[in-house]
Amino acid sequence: MKVALFIPCYIDALYPKVGIATLELLERLGVEVDYPLNQTCCGQPLGNEGDQKNAAAAERLFVDNFKGYDYIVGPAGSCVKHVRHHLDAIEQTTDVQSVRKNTYELVEFLHDILKLRDFSNVTFSHRVAVHNSCSSIRGLQLASCSEVMGPRWNKTEALLERVKGLELVHIDRPDECCGFGGTFAVTDEAVSAKMGLDKVRDYERHGIEYVVSPDMSCLMHQEGVSKMQQMPIQFVHIAQVLNQGPF
Amino acid sequence: MSTTKVKVAENAAKFIQQDDIHEKLHDQNLWNVRMRRDTVASAIPEWEELRTLASRIKEHTLTHLDEYVLQFADNAEKRGIKVHWASTAEDHNRIVYEILASHQVKRLVKSKSMLQEECHMAPYLEKRGITLTETDLGERIQQLSGQDPSHIVMPAIHQTKEDIAKLFAEKIGTDPNKVDANYLTEAMRNNARPKFLEAEATMTGANFAIAETGSFVVCTNEGNADLGAAIAPLHIASIGIEKMVPKVEDMGVFIRLLSRSAVGTAATQYTSHFSGPRKGTEMHIILTDHGRSHRLGLEDFWSSLKCIRCGACMNTCPVYRRSGGLSYGATYSGPIGIILDPSYDEDKYSELPFHSSLCGSCTEVCPVRIDIAEQIVKWRKVMSAKKKLPVGLRLAFGVTGTVFKYPWVFRTAEAAGKWALKFAPDALIYNKTLNAWGRQRKLPEFADQTFRDWYLKNRNKEPKA
Amino acid sequence: MLAAIRKNMPKDKVAYPRLPSFEVAGKDLKRTFEESLSKAGGKLFDIANKEEALQLFAELYPDAKVVCSATAEWTGNKSLEEVSAPGELENVDVAVIRARFGVAETGMVWLTEHELIVNSLAFLAQHLVILLDPDEISENMHTAYRRVDLQRADYGVFVMGPSATADVGAVLVRGAQGPRSLSLFFTKSL
Repeated sequence: MKVALFIPCYIDALYPKVGIATLELLERLGVEVDYPLNQTCCGQPLGNEGDQKNAAAAERLFVDNFKGYDYIVGPAGSCVKHVRHHLDAIEQTTDVQSVRKNTYELVEFLHDILKLRDFSNVTFSHRVAVHNSCSSIRGLQLASCSEVMGPRWNKTEALLERVKGLELVHIDRPDECCGFGGTFAVTDEAVSAKMGLDKVRDYERHGIEYVVSPDMSCLMHQEGVSKMQQMPIQFVHIAQVLNQGPF
Repeated sequence: MSTTKVKVAENAAKFIQQDDIHEKLHDQNLWNVRMRRDTVASAIPEWEELRTLASRIKEHTLTHLDEYVLQFADNAEKRGIKVHWASTAEDHNRIVYEILASHQVKRLVKSKSMLQEECHMAPYLEKRGITLTETDLGERIQQLSGQDPSHIVMPAIHQTKEDIAKLFAEKIGTDPNKVDANYLTEAMRNNARPKFLEAEATMTGANFAIAETGSFVVCTNEGNADLGAAIAPLHIASIGIEKMVPKVEDMGVFIRLLSRSAVGTAATQYTSHFSGPRKGTEMHIILTDHGRSHRLGLEDFWSSLKCIRCGACMNTCPVYRRSGGLSYGATYSGPIGIILDPSYDEDKYSELPFHSSLCGSCTEVCPVRIDIAEQIVKWRKVMSAKKKLPVGLRLAFGVTGTVFKYPWVFRTAEAAGKWALKFAPDALIYNKTLNAWGRQRKLPEFADQTFRDWYLKNRNKEPKA
Repeated sequence: MLAAIRKNMPKDKVAYPRLPSFEVAGKDLKRTFEESLSKAGGKLFDIANKEEALQLFAELYPDAKVVCSATAEWTGNKSLEEVSAPGELENVDVAVIRARFGVAETGMVWLTEHELIVNSLAFLAQHLVILLDPDEISENMHTAYRRVDLQRADYGVFVMGPSATADVGAVLVRGAQGPRSLSLFFTKSL
């Protein structure tokens, strides 16, 4: 199994520990992981805003870096969703198509490809709320969304359920968008910040100690709001929990 | 109609910042509606199948629309209804006025019709001496406030009881200190009664038009459409051509979905079927296009014509709930507004598609499975291609595009960003984008080393390129 | 206008789907109807005979001055035959109407101009009494629409309880513009 590690730009610069945790976790699980060094960004911030021209260059580079691998694994739901569903600013060659198909978000990869459930060798003794990003829920089906009637599932929680000492808590609006939304966070500052505030207050009401997510981008926003309010809530990536650090 | 660009983000900011009450209540009230919708939908095992059926019926109808519109018009005429055709809003309003004028109508009562809102019919008729009374309570509140409706099915949802108590005290003489919903509703009931009795004509919209029988269906909770139609000697209904469904039995699917999606009840209190004039009265239908056939030809956007105006996408939209409907400056607000409004005026509504966090909840609640979130992204692409991006985004992306294209520029930018953050941690005045982040959120700290730096040190591999 | 529609219609045609009726065998239709109508704000009563109906009516509407019936089974004190304009029913306190059938799923009853005689009766009256044969309950909206004959009614309405609104502060209020209450009497005939 030839696996490439996709570390989105903002994780590279702002959350290297998430990258380290992801890499170490995969290695510990016996996966051989390459890290293509010329990677930058998948183009999502541009594609989401409709800027196809500028997105094309980023997308081309992404495919160049990641073609030829069986799996491309990234610890970021929204970036993976972009690659899988919206990487369409460039011609859809065989390489492009296979890169899009083979790109997995970390939880998906652990849950669906490696088929892991039992992380009972991990201890994390805290009250935890899971935040699955909108991209992870509605784009990658990492969890069922509350709007759709039918069976309920949550792959992120499934991985955390057997972690020792971990108490999973459901907040009032578990799959309400936190208001990050990429550039929306700055172009629509007031609404974005209010959504973030409502989200962290929901955690606060439920006495959450740690928010665990497969998506650091939402957490960057939520943590920013929470810190501004001087709330003691901690925000970590699920890779950090399952790898027991680094925090 | 003004063609000034709607600054939706600014308007939303004002809605949030006006006080600690309005946005909070607006969000909570609409979230409660969304929860009620989930509860009633979950009680129907075939819910998701119904959504698929509704979508198919609408897609079938829209891809055969010429046949069904004709069939509907023929059947309605056979039943003694007079059918008029209006291509534009101006045609619509002119026809309405001509009918009213030929009957010497001075007093008109009307129930809620989004099409009549689109056409800005009320001011048109008022200018020509018609006294027009909105009979839906929410619409009446908005009429007295001098505002457009802020929500498709709950027109005054952005106003509090206190706002309405103040308004009614001023306009219909209620006790300003009584803010009880029962008292205020009763006051308006008593105020509206004589208007129903005196009206020389009534107007309604239509939720559905059944081609097979030439009937139109109107759904209300107050019974105001029926009250108007049962008393006035003249009934005019404005019907958008996209309202067609082929058969009576289709209504089973749509009625099961409509009010459950809209407000979380099994149906509206009244589901009324008009198939011909009452004895001794006249019934007119104005089949109206107003941009619909144009939209039908837009490959990426035609399926928005499936919309049955339930407002579920608005109730679930976290951005709409914090913005208030008036912020969108258009007949339609919320997610459905974002994808409908630009097809009327790309310049005026160019910023609407960016007023979304793209969470996708709208698509999942839509009872006719319109891919609303996808269409929002597609409208962004249209705006971007036509250089209608909001200014901040245009500047940011020109630079960002270059940054992501070249790995070495990206590394340099990362280093520069890190430097800037280190030396100006809390007074972020050097960059408008970061400033908009930092007013209400702490910035993340750039790490001392990037993941890539760590990797090169700790996995000891040479760069490939 | 038709030309504009034809010019712009999508080329890929979508087929009309087959519509199931989603019936569930063995459902207690009367009980389901009662639950549904209760949720919609209606009150329900099982009526054994005319005396019981009269007594209940007197208990429910002790202050009713004007009672108007659209069914030969009930005698009020205002006759619909005397009504020349629909607005004349504005002072009706209670209207009595027999419904053609009910719908279990929603608690609706189906009324047309044939049952109403004067359509405004169902909307101007302050309170409604609906007579319904408990054997005339259709399971859901799909089965209900098979019973609806729009060819033979210029006006037909599904009524689901009293008039309602939540337009003031999102607070539910019964009795918006139409009837303030709806009482349903289960009876085959009176």
